Amino acid sequence: MKKKLLSVVLAATMVFSLVACGSSESNSSAEGASSESVATTTDASGDVAPAGDGAVTGTLKLGLIGPLTGGAALYGTACANAAQLAVDEINAQGTGLTVELNAQDDEHDAEKSVNAYNNLKDWDAQAIVGCVTTTPCVAVSAEAYADRMFMLTPSASSTSVTEGKDNMFQLCFSDPNQGSASAQYIYDNGLATKVAIIYNNADAYSTGIYQTFKAKADEIGLEVVSETTFTDDTANDFSVQLNAAKDAGADLVFLPIYYTPASLILQQANTMGYAPTFFGVDGMDGILDIEGFDTSLAEGVLLLTPFAADATDDLTVSFVNSYKSAYGDTPIQFAADAYDCVYAIVAALNFYAEKNGALNVDGMSYDELCEILISVFSDPNFSVDGLTGEGMTWTAKGEVNKAPKAVVIKDGAYAGM
Amino acid sequence: MKNVLKKWTSLSKNSRDGFINYGIVIVFFVIFQSLLSTKSLSNSLSGQLVPICVYVVVALALNLVVGISGELSLGQAGFMGVGAFTGVIVSTCLQSSISNGPIRLIFAIIFGAMIAGIAGLLIGIPVLRLRGDYLAIVTLAFGEIIKNILNCLYVGVDSHGLHFGMVDIPSLGMEADGITIINGPMGAVGITKISTFLAGIILVILTLVIIQNLINSRTGRAIMAIRDNRIAAEACGINVTKYKLIAFVTSAAIAGAAGALYGLNFSTIVPKKFDFNTSILILVFVVLGGIGNIRGTLIAATVLYILPELLREFADYRMLIYAIVLILVMLVTNNEKAKQLINRVLVKLKLRKAKEGE
Amino acid sequence: MLTNLINGISLGSVYAIIALGYTMVYGIAKMLNFAHGDVIMIGGYAAFCTATYWNWPPAFAVLFAIVVCTALGIIIEKLAYKPLREATSLAVLITAIGVSYFLQNSALLIWSSNPKSFPNMISIPSITVGSAQISGTAIVTILANIVIMIALTIFTSKTKVGKAMRAVSEDKGAAQLMGINVNQTISLTFAIGSGLAAIAGVLLCSAYPTLMPTTGAMPGIKAFTAAVFGGIGSIPGAMIGGVLLGIIEIFGKAYISTQLSDAIVFAVLIIVLIVKPTGLLGKPVREKV
Repeated sequence: MKKKLLSVVLAATMVFSLVACGSSESNSSAEGASSESVATTTDASGDVAPAGDGAVTGTLKLGLIGPLTGGAALYGTACANAAQLAVDEINAQGTGLTVELNAQDDEHDAEKSVNAYNNLKDWDAQAIVGCVTTTPCVAVSAEAYADRMFMLTPSASSTSVTEGKDNMFQLCFSDPNQGSASAQYIYDNGLATKVAIIYNNADAYSTGIYQTFKAKADEIGLEVVSETTFTDDTANDFSVQLNAAKDAGADLVFLPIYYTPASLILQQANTMGYAPTFFGVDGMDGILDIEGFDTSLAEGVLLLTPFAADATDDLTVSFVNSYKSAYGDTPIQFAADAYDCVYAIVAALNFYAEKNGALNVDGMSYDELCEILISVFSDPNFSVDGLTGEGMTWTAKGEVNKAPKAVVIKDGAYAGM
Repeated sequence: MKNVLKKWTSLSKNSRDGFINYGIVIVFFVIFQSLLSTKSLSNSLSGQLVPICVYVVVALALNLVVGISGELSLGQAGFMGVGAFTGVIVSTCLQSSISNGPIRLIFAIIFGAMIAGIAGLLIGIPVLRLRGDYLAIVTLAFGEIIKNILNCLYVGVDSHGLHFGMVDIPSLGMEADGITIINGPMGAVGITKISTFLAGIILVILTLVIIQNLINSRTGRAIMAIRDNRIAAEACGINVTKYKLIAFVTSAAIAGAAGALYGLNFSTIVPKKFDFNTSILILVFVVLGGIGNIRGTLIAATVLYILPELLREFADYRMLIYAIVLILVMLVTNNEKAKQLINRVLVKLKLRKAKEGE
Repeated sequence: MLTNLINGISLGSVYAIIALGYTMVYGIAKMLNFAHGDVIMIGGYAAFCTATYWNWPPAFAVLFAIVVCTALGIIIEKLAYKPLREATSLAVLITAIGVSYFLQNSALLIWSSNPKSFPNMISIPSITVGSAQISGTAIVTILANIVIMIALTIFTSKTKVGKAMRAVSEDKGAAQLMGINVNQTISLTFAIGSGLAAIAGVLLCSAYPTLMPTTGAMPGIKAFTAAVFGGIGSIPGAMIGGVLLGIIEIFGKAYISTQLSDAIVFAVLIIVLIVKPTGLLGKPVREKV
């Protein structure tokens, strides 16, 4: 009796969590998913098979690796904060599963990241959310591959992160996806005839997107008239790059860069009276929330991003509100990715438990959990609805399938295209 | 036994010091290797063993320039970077012909040292004409230039051999089966890890052998004479540029060897790693260990490398505490009053020991 | 061409104003204060907080930043540098790096890593010269540079305290014998240098209005390069070095390669130092046997 009651409660909470994962815009799909899960869970509780009640129990120890200090601290902190938020929510739901999160600093450095990873192994982490940035992620995923530790990165988008490693999955778009999708989008919508690119040539993320954008643009016949670069050391003055774009007559400037330098580019373009269309990628999200930034400068900027903090669906609104009340800042896309990562891992555990009866993660070794999670994530039937996409599925290679959304900044807020 | 003891006391203080240093390294190795093989070492520490060796070697090399030759160099990480990328290229090229990891590592380290040494020579010739802080800034500048060039460097290998370029991978014109080794700012990816703790320790010992013998040789004395008084040394007929260059190039080559070991210890390296901040980090090891003090460098590099990892439980305050520790240590070890206080305590302890001995 | 020149001067004037602080401290205390860039960052945050959170008028915000930075400079000097007066210059250098880490990480804890957009404090319209535009910020920066340069030159050559500073710079021991309080003079130099850092912080952030805990680090190193370029310790040298560095950087980007612009800047620096080993305006050091 007790067991039955428990399973009903669990089924209810699972429905809740799945609904929480979905977005209201896609009520139909979220409902579909939830009714499915209701069906499966009642099945499980219906036949009182020795297989168990389809629930996940125990304590899951999740490690997170990202830059919490140094120049890239912004991204790591956002991820750590949002992941903690997701963990708190899951624990507050009071299912049989509790999650412990341990966020470790890697200073955006491969060597420190491996140290952080080893530190998390000493803490007995069972799976890793991370790393937040690409270069550390390549280094750590190789270690994790040898160890058989499951990793789901919120934001390390290079293909070299997942290449040849079956234990490594991405929640964000990979660089080639973003670069070629951007070129295609610009071409298909006739946004420009002449394109200029300004990218950070000391940054793997930026260069990665640039290379695929360029390749795609050449392929489809989009004319790139100016390609200029900067590094983190010269990310102050963009007058030369902007002048080059202006002189080449570019009517669209593609910015595969993060929002901090992008905000400077917008300001300087405005000062020099140059007003092309600016087109950004997911790293651009957050530009409207820089404290004190004049959002009118970003008017008309287009960006391809899976997450927009001022979307009006319930899930985003509740996430943004709780993030703001907990940490005082508006969450950037990295935060949303990390939040989804935690929920995706928990959803994967639930998925496995439903299929195989029950799952107790207490004290389970990381390599055992790794095989389980790999099997679930490579399962085409496993999909997650989250802040950054509906019906996200993964390929066995580790890349995520989700639709990129283009948004335009209008009156200081994102508007759908 | 008595003979050994006799021999020991008959050695000069310098060579005795040298042997103690080897002893320290070997004891360190034996302890950690046995802990490793019994799996009783934490993952965190076992992962740090190779980097510790790397930083010890680079710091020892820098000590040769800063301590022995008396020139402030702020570009040590640049040479390390040259060595690291050379090592990775060599290792990747040899992967098909030599499957034995340790042998490949030896080749990588030798080539890393050679190329870094050549870079050191090219840079040293103009740089060593300058003095003091101007020399420091020029080494900083060269470090940044090396990083900047590495950032634009694209290297691939195919059946026709190595291809170098400064634009991008497609423009290398490689054949379809070509392997990208270095991809500009994304650095080298998918490196096969072949560095081991044993290799690291051997490199540390080799470095100690080279540096200690150099210091105690005629050349070493000439270098130190230049440091202590350049004009007097010059008057004695010492070729200032030559001896300074010897120290500088040796240091660069050793840093390159350590770089190769470093590069082959991670599955990815990026040019950004070898920037000014890393140079400064190495300099901190040297200065904290005592300028010109070999044993001090050994200990300081090890302790300071582990320190931030030990501070992980302080979470957000970690680097803040590291900064405070750094300042405090500098104050305590360099302030006359503090020094006197420590000396007094040490003397008292010695006296007490002596009394107990009686 | 003209546009690039003007952009170069604008960028260079920001380097110059940071370099002035560097060169001042180096010239007198003979130490490389690597924490200077971070004092600039603190100055930026101080001005940002007063202007954005408390809505102070710009002039007061700048004044507040100067007070904060001067106080900070005095405290740092007293706690971290003063006990090392007799130590080697390398020990002081490492301590300065420690202070730099400390300031950066404190800022990270206080203001978080999220970038802040610096409010526009300078409401001077831009001037158009031919096809090029000079922004109001650049004009103010250049003017501030000239004013500070002249003021510092007069201060060090005419006033009693300033003369004491020069004496300390020439020979500490002899200065002490002449009845100059060396300790106090060096402390005062730090106070002035930090006050200048506050002004530099406000101007740096006005020109490039993104404020992060690492904002000061790279401009700090560039400005240090500029100071050496012009001959470290020389006040007009810092100004010339800064402006030239800015021009070289922009021209390097515009006509050679944006990818290698830093390499070009440093290569020019090396060439200058090889030809003129003490920088453009640096005094040749005479050696005594």
